[in-house]
Amino acid sequence: MVRLFYAGWLFHLKNLSNSLFFVLISVLQPVIFASIAFFMYRSGQRPGTLLYVALGAGLMGIWSSTLFGSGGAIQWQRWQGTLEIVVAAPAPFLLVLVPLTLATATIGLYSIVTTLLWGRVFFGMPLAFAPPLQLAVALPATVVSLGLMGLLLASTFVLYRQASAFSNLLEYPVWLATGLLVPLSLLPGWVTWISWGLAPTWGIKAIRSAALGGGDAWGAIGMCVALGVVYLILGAVFMKNFERLARRRATLSLT
Amino acid sequence: MNAVRVFFLGGAVSYRALFNWMQPVVYVPTMLAGPLFQILLFAYVGRASGVESDAFFVVGNAVQVAAMAGVFGVAMTIGGERWTQTLSLVLVSPANRLALFLGRALPLIVNGFILSWFGFAVGWAFLDFDPAARSLPALALCVATTAASCTAFGLVIGSFGLYAREIFVAANLAYMGLLIFCGVNVPLDALPQWMEAVSRGLPLTHGIEAARSIVGGAAISDVGGLLARELAVGAAYAAAAYVLLRAFEALGRRKASFETY
Repeated sequence: MVRLFYAGWLFHLKNLSNSLFFVLISVLQPVIFASIAFFMYRSGQRPGTLLYVALGAGLMGIWSSTLFGSGGAIQWQRWQGTLEIVVAAPAPFLLVLVPLTLATATIGLYSIVTTLLWGRVFFGMPLAFAPPLQLAVALPATVVSLGLMGLLLASTFVLYRQASAFSNLLEYPVWLATGLLVPLSLLPGWVTWISWGLAPTWGIKAIRSAALGGGDAWGAIGMCVALGVVYLILGAVFMKNFERLARRRATLSLT
Repeated sequence: MNAVRVFFLGGAVSYRALFNWMQPVVYVPTMLAGPLFQILLFAYVGRASGVESDAFFVVGNAVQVAAMAGVFGVAMTIGGERWTQTLSLVLVSPANRLALFLGRALPLIVNGFILSWFGFAVGWAFLDFDPAARSLPALALCVATTAASCTAFGLVIGSFGLYAREIFVAANLAYMGLLIFCGVNVPLDALPQWMEAVSRGLPLTHGIEAARSIVGGAAISDVGGLLARELAVGAAYAAAAYVLLRAFEALGRRKASFETY
């Protein structure tokens, strides 16, 4: 099981890293959004928030790669003609899919690295981190929780033929509602309730608390883990349902 | 007469067939929800950063979303032909090329115009944006001019789709380039000088500037120069697009690349 998991994760990580589209959304897009935010914050005389913005823009990249990678995961397998093979394999389908969705979140780490480097080189952003232990835990916890959120997306988006349209729908709202670039306190109160159920909210809290110091990093990491478990359970239930229906209706190979 | 038919009917059929945007399930999340949240996101970043007013971001982003229809639309028109394996059939036809491609661009200009007004409505409904009623006709002229120039720019990007496969990536890059260079969310004087210089050669920049002036109370005569420059930029891209489309068509024939995807 560990071998299957590791091999699947590594394979998809390499595969996604070779895709120009994923390089675009996990490297170039966050850098562009980070630059816009840097210019805005600098122009508004609030340059002290550059690291805060860079981390947020980095997580925007993780969310985009998870959203587009996981949301379309099953559809892509269909187009490539591999869906029937992986469903028919002796290994549980869930164990084949989870490494894929985790890989889509993992390549988002490129965006954290590039936005930090970009901010340092072109905007003179100081890279002063608090002691690294919390950050070393917060980053993987965030990636795993987003990857498991990706599993939930994959298992629900598969019900719709136009999964990419739903991916387009969810990119900006989650950036906004999870406080990646804008403090949640500026948004209407009801948005906070939604944000609590979204892993990026706790992921960015954990990463910012760990990197900048202050705040309850361990509490946010705990929430990432808890939400990850909930996503996994829901994703497993939905995926089982999809597999059962697809086998009964013989729709696995339909594109 | 045949060219006119290709222009109108070909454009309309291409729009419906390739985009499928007539289906609400695709049009609403892609073309309406995206701009809605883009405007909200940047308006709130503006509030958080203490730079400019809501109106600045509403006008900038509402005009910029016209580029979404223009740039992505044209790119997908050509990329979609490749994906559905109909590109070679289109290019083997004797249809007038100008009518063929401009016909495909026209619905996108109209679409961009509608999207921009949707953006203004979002700003009016959710943010602090309340332009004077008398400014709306002039604002409409700014938006129409900018939607046309963005679509001309989109034709340049789309022309590469006759030769290259990853046209959607190029369209994304172009769209994001417009977002950062054209003063959509960052005042032009806050950008480095070289970026400001580049922005003068891109569509959107002058259109957004004109639209902001109109919303700020200027008369249409005050922004005539800006709109003329926006039109000139659009015309230059349209001319470049025609040359590139013919060149890439010839190259695609020579390299037999119309069917690669």
